[in-house]
Parts: sequence; C-alpha cells; structure tokens
Amino acid sequence: MDLSQINPLLLLASLMVAATPILLAAIGEAVVEKAGVLNLGVEGMMITGAVVGFAIGVNTGSPAVGFVAAAVAGAALSMLFGVLVLYLMSNQVATGLGLTLFGLGLSSLIGKPYEGMKAPSMAKWDIPLLSDIPVLGPILFRHDPMVYVSLIIVTATWYVLTRTRAGLILRGVGENHDAAHALGYKVVRVRLMAIAFGGACAGLGGAYVSLVRVPQWVEGMTAGAGWIALAIVVFASWRPWRVLLGAYLFGGITVLQLNLQAAGAAIPVEILAMSPYVVTILVLVVISLRGQHGAPGSLGRIFHATH
Amino acid sequence: MTGDTRENEALLTLDGLTKAYPGVIANNKVSFSILPGEVHALLGENGAGKSTLVKMIYGLVKPDEGRMILNNAPFSPTNPAAARSSGVAMVFQHFSLFDALSVAENIALGMDNPPHARALSARIREVSNAYGLPLDPERVVGDLSAGERQRVEIIRCLLQDPKLLIMDEPTSVLTPQEVDILFETLRKLTAEGTAILYISHKLEEIRSLCEHATVLRLGHVVDTCDPREKSARELAEMMVGDTLHVPSREAATPGPVVLAMNDVSMKSPSAFGTNLHNISVEVRAGEVLGIGGVAGNGQDELLAVLSGEGRAQSGTITLAGDDIGALYPNARRARGLLTAPEERLGHSAAPDMSLTENALLTGAVRKQLVDRGFLRWGKTEAFAKTIIAEFDVRTPGPDNAAGSLSGGNLQKFVIGREVLQDPEVLVVNQPTWGVDASAAAAIRQSLLDLAHHGAAVIVISQDLDELMEIADRFTALNEGRLADPVSTQGLDVETIGLMMGGGEQETAA
Amino acid sequence: MIHLEKRPQPSKFWAGLTPVLAVIATMIAGGFMFWMLGKAPLEAIRTIFWDPLFHETFGPYSRPQLLVKAAPLILIAVGLSLGFRAGIWNIGAEGQYIMGAICGAGVGLAFYPSESILIFPAMVLAGALGGWAWAMIPGLLKVRFGTNEILVSLMLVYVAENLLASVSQGLLKNPEGMGFPGSRNFRDFPAAYNTELISGTGMHWGVAAAFVAVIFAYVLLTRHMLGFQVRLTGEAPRAARFAGVNPTRLILFCLGTSGALAGLAGLFEVSGPSGQVTIDFNSGYGFTAIIVAFLGRLHPIGILLAGLLMALTYIGGELAQLMLGLPGAAIQMFQGMLMFFLLAMDVLSHYRIRFNKTATA
Repeated sequence: MDLSQINPLLLLASLMVAATPILLAAIGEAVVEKAGVLNLGVEGMMITGAVVGFAIGVNTGSPAVGFVAAAVAGAALSMLFGVLVLYLMSNQVATGLGLTLFGLGLSSLIGKPYEGMKAPSMAKWDIPLLSDIPVLGPILFRHDPMVYVSLIIVTATWYVLTRTRAGLILRGVGENHDAAHALGYKVVRVRLMAIAFGGACAGLGGAYVSLVRVPQWVEGMTAGAGWIALAIVVFASWRPWRVLLGAYLFGGITVLQLNLQAAGAAIPVEILAMSPYVVTILVLVVISLRGQHGAPGSLGRIFHATH
Repeated sequence: MTGDTRENEALLTLDGLTKAYPGVIANNKVSFSILPGEVHALLGENGAGKSTLVKMIYGLVKPDEGRMILNNAPFSPTNPAAARSSGVAMVFQHFSLFDALSVAENIALGMDNPPHARALSARIREVSNAYGLPLDPERVVGDLSAGERQRVEIIRCLLQDPKLLIMDEPTSVLTPQEVDILFETLRKLTAEGTAILYISHKLEEIRSLCEHATVLRLGHVVDTCDPREKSARELAEMMVGDTLHVPSREAATPGPVVLAMNDVSMKSPSAFGTNLHNISVEVRAGEVLGIGGVAGNGQDELLAVLSGEGRAQSGTITLAGDDIGALYPNARRARGLLTAPEERLGHSAAPDMSLTENALLTGAVRKQLVDRGFLRWGKTEAFAKTIIAEFDVRTPGPDNAAGSLSGGNLQKFVIGREVLQDPEVLVVNQPTWGVDASAAAAIRQSLLDLAHHGAAVIVISQDLDELMEIADRFTALNEGRLADPVSTQGLDVETIGLMMGGGEQETAA
Repeated sequence: MIHLEKRPQPSKFWAGLTPVLAVIATMIAGGFMFWMLGKAPLEAIRTIFWDPLFHETFGPYSRPQLLVKAAPLILIAVGLSLGFRAGIWNIGAEGQYIMGAICGAGVGLAFYPSESILIFPAMVLAGALGGWAWAMIPGLLKVRFGTNEILVSLMLVYVAENLLASVSQGLLKNPEGMGFPGSRNFRDFPAAYNTELISGTGMHWGVAAAFVAVIFAYVLLTRHMLGFQVRLTGEAPRAARFAGVNPTRLILFCLGTSGALAGLAGLFEVSGPSGQVTIDFNSGYGFTAIIVAFLGRLHPIGILLAGLLMALTYIGGELAQLMLGLPGAAIQMFQGMLMFFLLAMDVLSHYRIRFNKTATA
C-alpha cells in the first residue's frame, strides 16, 4: 500500500463533493421530520432525481436544467407520499418503503436508454480571490455550483427554522399537531409543503450523484445514500448545522475508503466498500446511547382532525 | 324581560346555534348572551355540548344553523385566527402547548402578529407580573408544572387584549391555592371590562366566581340562573336532570395491612414525567384509600410502579408480606394486585381489539384463560360476557371493538374486568374521568362493594368530591411525594389544599 | 366536500376487499403504463396474469415456476408480517436472505463431496441460523441501546451484499471453476441439492417450508399467547406493557423469526433453483416480500395468496419481456404501484367516506 498516493488536500476537497448528495437529501428530510412526518422514501426520491436529472441534463445539454428537473421530479414523487400519508392516512413507514420500491422501479424504467451515456460537464466555480488562498482555497472554493447551493440551502433552512415565524409554525406542527390545529394552523398544508421541500432536496441530491459525482447513469446508483441521509438526520438531532457536520463526516469516510481502495490497501475491497454502512450503524448506536433527544413530538403519528 | 336587556348590552349573543354530528345533535338551538365584564358560567355534564359550543365561538367548528353577534356586528369566524382578531381568546383544557418549545415560542404561536422575539419576552415578563402569574419566557414548556403551563396559555390570551376570554375547565389542574390566584387574575380582568366564558362542572367554583350561568343538557339550554343564589345541589340537579344516586357505605373495620410501600422512589420513564420520591404508605383490607393531587404530580408513575410497568427496588413494595417490588405485571396479578390506569384508549384497553380480546388483556392469569401458551377463546368470551352483564356495559356483544364503546361503558368494562378477578388490592387512576354521571355512580358503588368484601382499594383521582365520597382515608401526591394519609372524617378544604400543595412535605414520610 | 370519519372499529368487509380492489386498480394503471410504453395494454396484462398459467406452450414451463418464485416470498413475508404487526420494522430481509444462503451453502460446501444424508438438514439449520444471527444485530442493538432497527437492518443489506461479493470470489469460490467467480453448483452435489420433490410441480423443500410457516404463523396469531402479544403490541403498545408483554423478548422474537425465515428462503434458493453462490444471486426477494406482506394484510393466508400473485407477476413479467419486449423494470414499477394502491385503499377499512354539504374547519 502506498499511502503517499493519498493527497490530504485532494481528500478534503473531494470530501465536500462526496458529501453533497447526502447533505441535500438529509437537510430536506430534516425539514420533513421537523414537521412531524417520517418519509422513508428518500432513497426512491433520490434515485428518481438522479435519473430525471441525468436524462434532462443529457437532452438539454445543461446540467442546471437537469437539476431543476430533478428537484421537480423529487417533489412530484413526494406528493404521492404526501397524499397517501396526509389525506388517506396510510402508515408512514409502509408508505415510505413503498415510495422507495416504486422509485427504484421507475428510475430503472426511465434510465434504460441512458445507460452508458456521459453527463454534460458542469463548470467549476473558482471563486475569485478566495480560491487563491493557499491550502484553504483549493479545498473550499474550487467546486461546482451545487456544492455552494447545498450550503446555501443548509443556511437558509437553519435561518427559516430558527429565526422566522414560518419555521416556528413548522416546528409547532411537528411537535404537537393537535395543539397546532387547535390554534388554527393548517397541519396538512404545512406538512405537504415540508414533504415537497424534502422531495425536491432528495431529487437534487440524486441528480448530483448522476450529473457530477459519477457522472453517468447506472441502475441503483444511489446505493443506499437515501438511507444514510435518514441516519444522518437522527445523528444530527434534527439540527441543520449538525446535518452538515454529519454529512461531511460521512463524506470523509467515503472518500477515505475510496482512496484506500485506489491506493491498493491490504484491506479487501469489499471490506472497504462496506465500511460506510458499518460506520453508519456504529454512529446510530452511539447516538442512541445518548437517547433520542430532539425528536419532534408528533413524528410519524397520523393526524386526523376530529371536528 | 331580563333577556332583552341582556341582549341589548351584550358583548356576544348566540342565537339558535345548532351543530349536528352523525348520530348526535351536539348543540340544538342554543341561545344566550354574554355581557362585558361578566363571568358567565357554561354548566353541563360531559357530553352536554359545552365543547362544541365554544369551538363554534372560537372558529374551530362551523355551526349548521344559527348566528352570533359580537359587539353588535355579525360574527362568524371561519378559523381561530379570525376569532382572535375579533377579540375572542381561549384557554384550552388539553392539547394546546408545545412541550419542546420555549414559553415565548409557545406564546408567539398563539398570536397572530407577535412582536419580535426580544420585545415579546419583555411583554411576557411585564404582563405576567402585572396579573400575578410570573413566567420566565425562556424556559422550555415541557419542564413546567401544570399550573405554570396554564399560565402560559392565559398570558398567551392576555397579550392580545381579548374582549372575551373562554376558559375550558381551567381549575382541573390547579391546587386550591392556585385556584385562588387564578380567580384574582380573572377578577382583575373583569374589572377592566373583559368578559369571561367559564366552562366547568365544579359547582362551588362557579358559585363563588360567576354572576350568570347557562346550563346545557344534551345539547339544549335547559336553564339560566345567577349561581350565587343557588345551592350546589340545585345547580347539580339542573345539570343532571334527576336526582343523583349517592353510593351507600357501611362502616367496616379495616383488616390487616395488605399492600405496603416503603420508601419507594422511581424515575419517570417519560422525559416530561414526574419522578416518585420516597413514597411510604400502607393499605388495609376493606378500606378505600383516596389519593388526590393535581394532574401531573406523579399519578401515572404511582400507578405504573404498582402495576409492574415500572419497577421499584426490591423490598420496597410488599403484598401480604411478600416482596413484589421487582415483579412484572402478570406476576403481580397472580398474587392479587390489579390495576386500572387512567387512559382507557390505548393503556387499559386496546381500542381496535374486541372486548373478548380486551378481557384477555389482564384476565389471562387469574382467570386461567391460557393453557400452556394456547388461548382458551371460549372461556375468554364467557368472561367478557360476564363483565358485560354484571357491569351493565352497553354494547351489542363481546365481538365489538373496545374503541366503539362510549367512555362510560368502556370504563365500566375496564373496572368490571378487574373487580371480577377478585383482587386482593385494586388500584385505579381516575376511575370516573370523562364518564357520565350514572356510569360514575355505578363505578364508585362497585369500588365500595369490593372494599366491603375485604379487598384493599386505592383510588387515585383529581376529583376531590369523589374522594370525599368513597375514601376512608385521604392523602395527596405533590411533585412525586405522598403526604401522610389522614381520615376523611372531618377533613377540611384547608388541609386538603395544604396536602396537595406540599405544605405537609416536612411532616410527610 | 368529502371528509373521512373514523370507524368505531375497522371494517372486516373492507379489509378483505381492499387487496382485490388494489389489484384491479393496479391492472388498470399498469395497463396505462404499458400503453405509454407502446405496448397493447390488454395483451400485456394477459401475458402477465393469464399466459403463465394457461398458455398452451408456456403454461407447462411456467406453472411449476409459480411455486418456486412464491416460496421465498411467502417464507420471508410471513416472518416480516409478525414484526410489522408489532410495529417492529425489519426491512433488511434481503441481507438476512443473503446471509442464510452464504451460511447454509458454506456448511454444504465444506463437506463436499460427502454423501451423508445429514448434510442437507445441517445446511437448513445453518441457513436459518445465518439469517437469524444477521437479524439479531438490529434486534440486540434495539433492545440494548434503542437503536432504530429500520436503518440498521437496511444498512446490513449493503454489508451482506459486499460479503456475498467477497465469498463468491474468495472463500466459497469453486476451486474447479477456472477462476470464474461463484461457488460449486449444487446440482453436481446431490447430498446438498434442494431437489424437486414432486416432478413437474416446482415443489421443493422451500415450498414445503413456506406452507409450514403459513400454518405456524396462523396458529401463532390466532391461538397462541405470543401471537396475541404481537398483535396487542402493534395495536396499543402501552396496553401491551400494561398486559405484561416483555418488549425486549418480543422484539428479539419478531426479528429473530423473520431473520431465520429469510435465511431459510436464501438457503433453499441457493441450494436449489439458483444452484450456486454468485455475486448477484440475490434478486430482491427480501424487498418484494415487504409488498407481499402488506398485500396479504399481514395475515398468513393473505400472504400465501399475495405471494402466489406476486410470483405470477415475476413469471408473467419475464414472459412479457420475452414476448412483448416489455422492460423488466416495468414489472418492478408495477409491484410498487400495487403497494401504493393497497396503502391508499386501506383508508376504506379504517374510515368511512362522508359527502356532506357543509365544510368543517
């Protein structure tokens, strides 16, 4: 093994790229869960976003249009979940699982003609001045626009949740939907909007995998990223900045194991490949040792206004 | 006609309000007026239609027929925000606080145009002190006591300068001393011209606070009066419509100690629950021990530590001399310690399961409904039928889901299920909560009969009248501590209040 | 204005009818999807649901396949349904299936080329144990630390897939396979082969096990205290604790049983229809079984029927792929739609639909 092949600067820079899909999906899901809804369909929305983003990106030649389409597709798929869960009061766990199974089927159906194609390339933004800072510049300021977009979304989510009335209402709905209803807030409407936001973010995250990270379409390419995003929301105790931390930690592990694979480490490839999942389990265990602090009070419960 | 003069000066007039739900008319042509600065009582039993009526005033429910006039203008709020902007505010009995949010956030959610966070906190401090209800805006609501939680709701209303304040059973969670503070606040408010619509079934309270009362029965207005001029008994008869069955009680000499708790402490399993501290008490065969206290002072936890859902250190709870502190629920049932928790739907009964299955829920051990792991459905159904027959449970049959029964009938089933298992000790929490008067009387009578036949009965209740009626000895829970029991003979409200408020803490245990 | 009113008790009538309605709705929506893909909808539906059973040419080949495909689905779904009823969500059956196959096949291959009649029973035991142990990981983590079993069991699928890749290229690789990945084929190892019991029916040991599992689950749920506790925990968890149900025991029982059954399914598959451990021998049965469990209303008999129906869509889907060039993914979508329609229609068994003139706030 030649560890000297691993360049720590490149490692840190690629960490942000590796973390972005999960970060996007996780911040969306954090908002959904803050509103009191558990959507286990993140993986299905991500993979759908991945295939739609890729297909539209290839057809229009514009990754930006691809991303927009992926967000719309993710949101549209999430509305299927939203209607079932909020209006038909189906079980959230089962419906989320159904969404994932459905999304996997849908994506492979749409994606067949696109296998083997190459994504239109996305220009990197070298942010002037900042990107020239020694060491930090290449790590932080020489990425594609979506990396910055994801950071903007995290910041905006934090701001809206903690500093605005809309965020307060959303948290109220997630904490105690009966009380929110009694005070006259539209529980179903708030939740529907949160679910749509979560779907759009998951779609963006998926498109990032197919348009930037890989960049091509492979069936089932999100490979559990949606589930890891769900785990990161728990890890983060539903707080935006900790979602960022969790996603970047996880991105670090992914990049490290890929680098070790490339460097020809003595550890078998399969062991390295399974390490992100094992680490996720370990993190979940450590988190649960601390207790489920911060879980929204109405998370996963069915809301039915009785009057 | 006094009616006309009232209407002319009225702040709010209800005219022929009607609201029907499938199978029941919740309100049938309800009309009355509320004057500015008056405390107006809305009296009635559970199910009389009080909640539906106030929900219509607060914009949560739309009336089928009838109209409302507020300040001489038609008033038909389509949602609570509309009601609030017209000057109507409401303090809820349940479901309106957000545990994980701060006091200030909770209050902001109840306002339509809250000021900025810092300004709001300042206002909360100012107003809460002005009305004698001090509150820290930064505290998390889940950590507050029941009384403080109610303050949050009241302050939330007061910050909007309401013209009409609706209060739904506000004192059910307060100690007598806290009730006095509340009444003082309410009097300050009425002096400033605010009208208060006060919903309660506590007659003494209404007599001391309200100037006018409207009595509802089965959705109709059956009477109006000045409650200060009526006796509690007269008011009760207006509410119920016929004379009450008062449980009879033959004096019995208590037998030997059956259940003893000796310095029991337990951490509450829920994050916002109350821990139990050093509880010591003995119950004798043939007696009813009444445990009072304001909601949220450890009632659920006390029941759990006795039912076996929570466990105490071994040696701290003994049943007929045997240590049962570490035993699981069914092992305790086998020895004769039976319990009935407060929450019927989902705790003492599974709502979507049949009555037969619910009979199995606690009856499996003592009624031998299980044979080497296999269920004896025939025997179980027979047991369910016995409960239904002996406790007059109104249901088409044992195959019906528990959730399809009315509160009173289900509670009769739950109590019957335990009583018919011949317990040595029966512990019940809120046995008649949300139950109609006749079912409540039947349940109390069955508890008295059980004690008369030699069982020890512990009744945990927030209804002091109920405890005075059936208990031989009285004690109270306060912040997870239990006062020393005293005989109910000659007990006065002062002492009860002190016990509930923890005034006897030093002398207790 | 339409609104929903909760029924005082769930309607048994609708509970039985909704799966049928869901299947019909899925056929209609599926037909529409096939039409969008440029296929004749009725022909596609007939090819999927009718031809595998009754077509002159394909029927004789397809009919035995029905049991072969249904057995693992039923076996896994029966196990999952126990947990789902109790609110314990094992969604990593795919991983337990893989681990059962690896462990069972590993035991068999270790004794190659022995002819002892004990080999196959030993493999069955090892398969069940492998699946059980894999499911015990989320189980123990949940009871010990309160860790979310949904996420852990799912993560373990990916771990199992990597282990499968590793052993099929390493530990279990056929020494005589000329360097190709994959184990020895059990067809060449009679003592360890899960053979067809009745020729021409597709009936193998796994099918027998599936039937036994259905009966076992039926008796458990309707006649046994443990089954009552499972149902009670799902209906009202607090009432279950009050009734003396030990949640720890119940979680371990549900996860362990579903893991063992999934492991068995994997073993029967690898030692029979599939024949060898290969890098991609798992085909998603563990996930499809989730749909089967719900379609069967978490009831053993329902699962039996749902498993057969789902097997039919697999076989019919392959046939449609062959005959009409229908993409394989369309069938996966079709199955996903079925789950959605089912969940959507479930509302009818718990709520009554009311049409009223006045809107409620």
